[in-house]
Amino acid sequence: MRKINTRLIEEKIYEMALRAGVTLTPSCKAALQKAYDSESGKACSFALETLLKNSRIAEEKNMPVCQDTGMAVVILEIGQEVFLEGKNLSVAINDAVRRAYSDGYFRKSVCDPITRVNTGDNTPAAIHTEITGGDRISITYLPKGFGSENMSKTYMLKPAQGVDGIVDAIVRTVETAGSRPCPPVYVGVGIGGSFDTCAFLAKKALTREIGVHSEREEIADIEKRSLEKINALNIGCQGFRGDITALGVSCEWAPTHIAGLPVAVNIQCHCVRCEKEII
Amino acid sequence: MIKLTLPLDKKTVSSLKAGDSVLISGTILTARDCAHKRLFALIEQNEKLPFEIKDAVIYYAGPCPAKPDMPSGSCGPTTSARMDAFAPRLLDLGLGAIIGKGEMSAEVRGALKRNCAVYFAAIGGAGALYADAIKKSQCIAFPDLLSEAVYKLDVENFPAVVAFDSHGGSIY
Repeated sequence: MRKINTRLIEEKIYEMALRAGVTLTPSCKAALQKAYDSESGKACSFALETLLKNSRIAEEKNMPVCQDTGMAVVILEIGQEVFLEGKNLSVAINDAVRRAYSDGYFRKSVCDPITRVNTGDNTPAAIHTEITGGDRISITYLPKGFGSENMSKTYMLKPAQGVDGIVDAIVRTVETAGSRPCPPVYVGVGIGGSFDTCAFLAKKALTREIGVHSEREEIADIEKRSLEKINALNIGCQGFRGDITALGVSCEWAPTHIAGLPVAVNIQCHCVRCEKEII
Repeated sequence: MIKLTLPLDKKTVSSLKAGDSVLISGTILTARDCAHKRLFALIEQNEKLPFEIKDAVIYYAGPCPAKPDMPSGSCGPTTSARMDAFAPRLLDLGLGAIIGKGEMSAEVRGALKRNCAVYFAAIGGAGALYADAIKKSQCIAFPDLLSEAVYKLDVENFPAVVAFDSHGGSIY
């Protein structure tokens, strides 16, 4: 049994949140540069150039790359040989988020769903915990903006719709979103599981580096086919009509019920911010 | 690149075409979801708005808090489509231009044409770069709404693209 004080998790998440707010992931920066190098649309090139400049300014001035510093999504994989001591885990996580959003001068974007009154400190975070083997804790921190979250969808397809149905659902979601989610987007897809786990798989897919394909061949093929079809939509950066509508498509899968084929499509804008640490 | 100084006269608005890249200088006002709800409540009650709507430019944005040594925190545009229901009425009341991101409805396009006004798309996600273009920021209404309050921003060379022009043209 390895004892870990939740204070340590709090400090890690605090640092990760501060970094994530001002920095794009290396694979996102590389994908934006690649998009700029190959884009033929004039307005799209201007927009991509602006985004690359913006990412440099954000890092130089240590200020949020996008003003939507998002809802904090925290995914913890906790080894079952870990014994957590100290304050309650969710309190520790929310304390980390609260401090980071204040110290980082990040926008507080969380509110009551009915009254719309802001909670004032960007809490609560969306927390997912999974129990795994071993005595370590893997932490993934993803601040999720809602311009893109709003364009996400879950479909309960019929098993007969198969792979073509999955690809259609992915492409249709991006097409319907059009210019609104800040394209070029990164598309996270969940395939299988139940209604709820499928949506979580889609979120998890967004934590994968852009350009890294699934180890399973059939799934990697869905990723590649979908990306090709999405970029043929010619929505382009910001919807200004161009060649690059998505930076990548990542799919995570799980076995599902014999009667169903759930597919969740979680859209991420071009500001991919994600930090990973292992304690 | 076309340099524009606010407020815009109708001749200048009329000369802008969808797809034109522009640099905007002058005073703009932020307002997003909650602020629009409040503005509409005032209009319904025939009360005075907290700013002069005639020829004003509304920027759909909710900035990050400013660091002590800076006029504004990161301040890129938010998705304009959520304000589709509000924009036509404000344009009919004299609003001169809108700045946001993403496509808006056919009703908004019609209201822009009817009132010789223009919709600029700022580059979504470029919050830090836009903060650089903001020289002064002052909250002028609804401070309890935090980032959703109305901020008066003095901007210089604020980059944008003409998304809907005053003749019905669209970049989308």
